[in-house]
Formats: sequence, C-alpha cells, structure tokens
Amino acid sequence: MKRLTFVAAGLSLALALIPTLSRAEEGPEPLSFREDVGNLPSVQRGARDFMAYCSGCHAMKYLRYNRMGTDLGIPDDLLKANLMLGTDKVGDPIPSSMPAKQAESWFGRVPPDLTLETKARGSAWVFSYLQSFYLDDKRPLGVNNPYLPGVSMPAVLGELQGWQKLAAPEKGEAEGAPKFELVQAGSMTPEEYKAFVTDLTNFMAYASEPGKSERIALGGKVMLYLLVLLVLTYFLKKEFWRDIH
Amino acid sequence: MSNEGVDDGRRRFLTAATSVVGAAGAAAVVWPFLASLKPSAKAQAAGAPVQADISKIEEGQQVTFVWRGSNIWVLRRSKDMIASLSQVTAQLSDPKCEQDQQPAYCKNETRSIKPEFLVMNGKCTHLGCSPSFKPDHPAPEIDANWLGGYFCPCHGSKYDLAGRVFNGMPAPLNMVVPPHRYVSDTVVVIGEDPTDAKKEAA
Amino acid sequence: MAIVPNPYKTTGFLGWIDDRFPLTKMWKDHLSEYYAPKNFNFWYFFGSLALLVLVNQLLTGIFLTMNYKPSATDAFDSVQYIMRDVPWGSVIRYMHATGASAFFIVVYAHMFRGILYGSHRKPRELIWIFGSLIFLVLMAEAFCGYVLPWGQMSYWGAQVIISLFGTIPYIGKGLVEWIQGDYVPADATLNRLFSLHVIALPFVLVGLVVAHLLALHEVGSNNPDGVEIKKHKDPVTHIPLDGIAFHPYYTVKDLVGVAGFLIIFCAVIFFAPEGGGMVLEQPNFQMANPQVTPPEITPAWYFGVFYAMLRATPSLFHSALPGVIVMGGAVIILFFMPWLDRSPVKSWRYKGPVFKTLLMLFAVDFVIMNYLGMQPVSPTHTLIARFGTIFYFGFFLLMPFYSQWEKTKPVPERVTE
Repeated sequence: MKRLTFVAAGLSLALALIPTLSRAEEGPEPLSFREDVGNLPSVQRGARDFMAYCSGCHAMKYLRYNRMGTDLGIPDDLLKANLMLGTDKVGDPIPSSMPAKQAESWFGRVPPDLTLETKARGSAWVFSYLQSFYLDDKRPLGVNNPYLPGVSMPAVLGELQGWQKLAAPEKGEAEGAPKFELVQAGSMTPEEYKAFVTDLTNFMAYASEPGKSERIALGGKVMLYLLVLLVLTYFLKKEFWRDIH
Repeated sequence: MSNEGVDDGRRRFLTAATSVVGAAGAAAVVWPFLASLKPSAKAQAAGAPVQADISKIEEGQQVTFVWRGSNIWVLRRSKDMIASLSQVTAQLSDPKCEQDQQPAYCKNETRSIKPEFLVMNGKCTHLGCSPSFKPDHPAPEIDANWLGGYFCPCHGSKYDLAGRVFNGMPAPLNMVVPPHRYVSDTVVVIGEDPTDAKKEAA
Repeated sequence: MAIVPNPYKTTGFLGWIDDRFPLTKMWKDHLSEYYAPKNFNFWYFFGSLALLVLVNQLLTGIFLTMNYKPSATDAFDSVQYIMRDVPWGSVIRYMHATGASAFFIVVYAHMFRGILYGSHRKPRELIWIFGSLIFLVLMAEAFCGYVLPWGQMSYWGAQVIISLFGTIPYIGKGLVEWIQGDYVPADATLNRLFSLHVIALPFVLVGLVVAHLLALHEVGSNNPDGVEIKKHKDPVTHIPLDGIAFHPYYTVKDLVGVAGFLIIFCAVIFFAPEGGGMVLEQPNFQMANPQVTPPEITPAWYFGVFYAMLRATPSLFHSALPGVIVMGGAVIILFFMPWLDRSPVKSWRYKGPVFKTLLMLFAVDFVIMNYLGMQPVSPTHTLIARFGTIFYFGFFLLMPFYSQWEKTKPVPERVTE
C-alpha cells in the first residue's frame, strides 16, 4: 500500500508538471494572463464587444448563436436584437460580415476564424497581441505588432486604446514583454482598455471550448464515483485474498 | 491456501456492493455513447422552426414548406371545402381525430387552428409516400362521391381535405398535423406550439 | 451423429451450449482454472490495464467514426463538429485522445516489467515477440490517428514521418509518392491513413493481442522471482503449489488497479484534456495549411525517444538514412531481447549489480531521451541525445556479454512472498 501511495504521488506530480512543458508561440514572452471563463459578466461583455468590433472581419464558424445564448444566459430575443447580424438564425454559427474575396484584396489574406484562436496560440498571447499594436511607418497600414510581426490586421481598436509607439529597451534590461509609449490617447483609459481586452479574451477562451465548465463539473462527480469504487474494490480484494498465504 | 476463517457474509456483501456500483458505473458510461446518436446541434439547427408567409396563398391553393426535411403543406380552404368536411364524416376511419395525429389544439373537425388554413405534414400514414392534392370534383376516377381531398398514388389511400383517412384504406391513420402557431394573421411558425409564444414573452 | 456430452457435466442451457461450443472450457482454461503465481506485484497491473485501454480505444473509436469525415476539406471541421455539436462528443473524443497517451504509458510500463523479471526468457520468447509486434502496430496506429484531425501538427507530422521513407536509396522518392498517393500529404493520404486506422490496424492489433494471451496461457505467467511455478505441483490436484486461480483472485486485484488507473485517466480527461499540449497539441487547433510550417514540429510525446534518436544521428553521404536506420533499429532490437539476455537467472532480483545498474540507467536514459525528443533542437540537446542513443543500443548489444559473465545470486525453488 505504501508503494501505491508513492506511485500515485509520483504520477500526480508528473501531471502537475505537464503544463510547464507546453510551448509558447513565437515572438516575445506574452504578458501574464489568467483566463476566467467562469466570470459570466466578463464573458457577456466580451461577446458584445466581439460582435461590435471583431465580427465585421472575423468569423467564429464553430460557435452557434443559440449555444452562446444558452451558455451566457442571453435569451433569444436579446440575442437577435443585440448580437446577431442581419438575417442570421439563432442556430447559425457566427459568420464574418466581410466577403472573403474582398478581404483578401484589402488585407492580403482572409481574416482568420477566431473560434479556436485562444487554443491555437494561448489566451495570454491574444491578451498581449490586442494591447501591442504600435505605430510603424514601414508597414503599409502604419502599424505593427511584436507578437505577430508584419501583421496584416489594422489597429481596429486604436480609437479605444489610443496610439502608441515602441519604446526602446533600456540598457541591460533582459528581453521581456515589449514596452510602449502612448502618443495619442484613445477614448478609454489604459485601465479601461485592459479590462476591455480581458473581457474579449475571456469570451474568446469561452468560445474555444463552450463545454468547459460542464466538463469540469462532470469530472468532479466522476472522481467521487471512482473513489467509492476504489475503496470497494480494495476491500473486496482484501477479503478474497485472505484465502491466500 | 485455506478456507478457514472466511467470513462468507462479508464476502457476499462486498461482491454484491462492488457489482452494483460497478454496474451503475458501466451504465453511466453507456449513456453518453447512446446519447451521442441523438440529432446533433447542427441537425437541430437545421430542424429549427420555420416561418411560413401565408399571405399570398389564394383560396383553394396549397403551398409546400419544408420543416425538418418533411414537406409541410399549407392549404387555404374555401367555404365549400370547409363545408365538405362534415359531409364525408360517415365514410371516415377516425372522423373525430381520436388518434394522436395532431396537437390538442387541432383536435377538431377542420384539424386546424383557423378553419381556413390546414397545416399538415404531407406524408401518407401507410408507407410514407406523398399523396396528391385532388381538390376538383366530381372525380369519378378517384371516387364516385369525391368532394375533394388527397389521393396517395402509391397504394390508393384517400384522405379528405383535413387529411382524415377514409374507411377501408391501406393507410391506418389521419395525416399528421405538425405543431404550429400564428405569429400574425399572415405568418405561421411551423414547429412551435402556441404555448411557446407565451414562454418567449415571459 | 450424436453429440459427445461435454466433460464438465453442465446441464440445462449451459449444457446445451457446452455440448456445442467450449464456453465452460474457455472460462476454466483462461480464468477460473488458470493458475497464476501468487506473488504478482504492482507491475503486473499493466497487462490488464492495456486491455482496458484497448477496449476504450475501440469503443470510442467506433463512435468517433460515426461523425468524422476523412477528407482534407472536411476533417478539421468534422472534429469540431464532434467537439461541439454531437451530444457528449467532446467527452468521447477526449477519452480517445487521452487513451492514446495512456496506451503508451501502460505499454511502456508493461514492457519494462517484462525486462525487469525476465518475462521474455525461455519458454516465453513468443509472448515477447507478439508483444513487440503489438508495440510496432500500436505505433503505426497512433501515427495514423494523429494525422486524422488534419490540423497543422497532423499535417506536418505526416509530412515528416512519411518523408522518412524517402531516405531509402533509389526507391525512396517513388515510395513516398506511393504512400501518399499524391506529391504531398493530401486528401488521398488522409483517406488511406483513415482506412488503416479504423480497419486494418485494429484488426491486426486485436489478433496479436489474442495471440499474446494464448501464448501466455499456454506456458503460464512468469513472476517477480522468475521461477517456474509448474515445477512444484500438488500431487493430487496437479495445481501448482504457488499458483492461485486467476479468477477470482487476480480479477478482484486487477479491479483495484482499474479503479486506481481510471482516477488518473479521468482526471486528465475532465481536468486537463489537452494534457498541457501533450495530448492535444496547440498547433493542431489550426487547420492544416500546406503553405505554413508551424515553428516547431514535434511528434506525439510517446515517440520522443525514437524522434530524439532520429535527430541525433548525423547524416552520411548526403543521406538521412542513418537516422532512419537507427530509429527503426531501436524498435527492431526489442524483438531480440529473448536471445540477448543470457543471464542464468530471469528476474533482476537475482542478477548481479552490473545488470541492475545498467537496467536502472536504461530507464533513466529512456525518460531523458523521451524528454529530448519533445524539445527544440539545440547543440547541447543533440550531444546528450547522441550519448543517450549510444547507451540505448549499448544496453541491448552488450547484454549477451555482461548478462552472461556476471555472477548471480541463487534463485529460490519456490516464489518468495
């Protein structure tokens, strides 16, 4: 039994270490960010902001409106009135309102679908990327982003965040998150903008796996059941093995 | 190896308890697999209620809408057509709509919410063919006393203008009336009950 | 012709069956009267767990196949369809993906057990060979399955692995095109890997598992002492004195192992189904894009050892073939274990300190190499991996010498507690 506990401890330690092995996206280390899909008001605000600022160009083709409505507690009529585009039905996935061909000629590429973005690049990356557009004359759109160098997306959120330029790294400073200087203020204070991006990222994290909360809740029940089963089988084994020795 | 000192009661109890708990767990594992075969969110979205604009249907005309892959007919009945329903009662298999082939709010002679409009799933209850709409009469090639109705080309089942099946036909039941509700005088939602509207408003 | 009554004297429905089919015979031969040594320890859980994971893979695989679409345009979307639109689809897919990793953990532990206690030694050589074949087919099965979601990692993983065949002189290029059915991994490739993954390889796998078990039950199980329990039988019953009936004793014991395993397995499924990028890799959340290679391509974690060897081997005469040979050799060499180990004793308990030390170092080497296989290339990593590769092969190739020469301890007649 002692050995079993030892093995179990070893395995759980190994499990705990797994996340540290996952690799980050190329580019600088992202800002620290802890996604919180359980924060319903934040995810709801994120949904509203996504529909207002992002869905013009980016689709979420794997997320259905009514799934979002059910999960975020938004009734169908509110969904239709505030979040849905034109002629969509509640069972439809969220489309981009931009025709793909024109998008390609405007930006050089079709804006990617964002349903799985936080899983593909990590939510910390999204959180950092959205705060790191800076002015750069060398780029056709006048902006660049250290997290996606040569970015083809315009700084759509510039009006909110304001415009910033890249600050030269101070001498002797280790390579870390890039620093910026605000050149022209936007309609939001830096704190408001950060909260705005937090909401947006939380919503995108939700969209990348809508069933996450249910999965975790179910997992708790499964664990309880298995513990009962473990105890029962342990005593059953002990009882039968009294025959032996 | 010896059998001395074996507590049979304890052993039986533990065996039974583990079996029961194990079987419950196995059943709980089977459930997700079986449940995964139900219509998916995509199928449900494709099968969502359909809004039908009935304002442009002429009297005596029938228009087909598609809901959940089925042809849903909307027939706008004339006064004569409505009158014909009470004249054929004696020849029908289930004139009072006792069988559960329509929502409760359509369990009446016209099998409809508004007598003028019949909303019906156009599928013969015999083997699933789509009956032909035969409003004109007399039509001796169908029946000597034909007053208008539906005739199934596959096996000759006949229905009246409310989709009620005649006696002695291969088809056993009246055609199905799907759930539907009126949003306005001109728009009917197929696939929702009138009570769904109240729920939404609440 | 009259039916010969069955020797088990069963009556009623069971008797009717037994007169026509060896149902009671099979039950007795493989469970209630299969006598296994009574001193199995923790390491002996992994055989039954491997069977459990196999069943999990088959069952979840069947249900995934009902909704998956093996085409380059639809595969990625159909996986998301399973994850979101199919009721319980995400749980079923997480079970399958986690099951793949669990399969390798369990099988690696099971193989290590074999080496530890000499389960590959005479008369169990065929059990070991069937087992090695299972491992080989499992690797092929895992690779095919890895490609099916058609994400970035799937696509580029397929590209890299299939390119390995291109290193074979003269026929390489043609072989790669023949395997792919196209000039790059494409729709045809995906479709044929799907066919192999869901039909051909599972058939072979199940067949090999049956052969593995039949061979085991023919000669009887080994044990941590590496002694043959059949040497000492009860004179009356002919039951080995150190043997106990598999059922109920080992069935109830394995149930404890199953419950313990399921706790860890389900913890991953429900609380960390992506395994921090080891079960489901980040780049695989982007659809395959033949124009863009992700920054780092690593194989699934369970191929780490072999991938590390591939990268550590320098190319010779402008050919990457040596790496492929080394990698293949690392698997093939397992088949020769029964003849490489020439120690007079089976179990490591009675082997000398040299073997014991080398075996422990081998386990450490295996873990380090696996870690290196998952890391980006760097000169230090390559250097360590080269030493690791040499040690890996040295362990096996020198075994005939060190295992034979070393003085061993006396082996007991009967199993110890």
